Amino acid sequence: MPAGLQAKRVNELDCECLSYRFEVDGSNFTTAGEASVQVKRILRRIGFPPETIKRASIAMYEGEINMVIHAGGGIAELFIYEDKIVVVLTDHGPGIADVALAMKEGYSTAPDNIRALGFGAGMGLPNMKRYTDIMDIQTALGKGTVITMTVNV
Amino acid sequence: MKISEIASILNGTILCCEEISGEEVFSACGSDMMSDVLAYVKNQAVLLTGLVNPQVIRTAEMMDMKCVVFVRNKAPSDEILAIARQSGIAVIKTAYRMYEACGMLYAGGLTGKAGE
Repeated sequence: MPAGLQAKRVNELDCECLSYRFEVDGSNFTTAGEASVQVKRILRRIGFPPETIKRASIAMYEGEINMVIHAGGGIAELFIYEDKIVVVLTDHGPGIADVALAMKEGYSTAPDNIRALGFGAGMGLPNMKRYTDIMDIQTALGKGTVITMTVNV
Repeated sequence: MKISEIASILNGTILCCEEISGEEVFSACGSDMMSDVLAYVKNQAVLLTGLVNPQVIRTAEMMDMKCVVFVRNKAPSDEILAIARQSGIAVIKTAYRMYEACGMLYAGGLTGKAGE
């Protein structure tokens, strides 16, 4: 895990919030997106406004798909506060070589077989940023990536 | 337009969640790229696609859609239908190609603009 990230996550856990943890299987594309569907249902049960739920779940879904495509899966965590929803995606994949380039709409390193599955258009990261209020990317080549997304309620 | 009318216009078959076929939908979109659906679609309740995998249904659920139409006679697996059933998303299969299917629904009054 990239340095400096553990502390951030511990801080999150110290707060009074509801938290959930999902293992995202990187070996099987069929299950990609399952965790986000579960998160959407959790957020619906709690009763957040539909638009807030949509933003948080789409952002997580894009991130979850990315983890499966690029990083061999990872861990997705959900922290629910009264005034915000925080999603933390942690993987031990190759890391993102150029974050600014990866954030450009249409830029993708996904192989053709992923495009045949309907993804890899280079919209994932820009979309995650668009749907969230704060997005933080910590990445280290060869070590992994931690993406923290916050949606204010 | 009711979901049942979509099936009827497209000479299609409702494969699951027939119980919501009386619900009204007001707009639709067509795409084989789920990335584009997630990026560009706003408040469309119906997705027409030639792509068949579980992520089609999950993408539709993320976008709060009510109905997925598989064009070109693409048959979703039982697993895909089970996911749709759990999500409460109606699934329709039609033999028409994407262009024709979209055109027929558009001509029937189902546009790409929600609430306009």
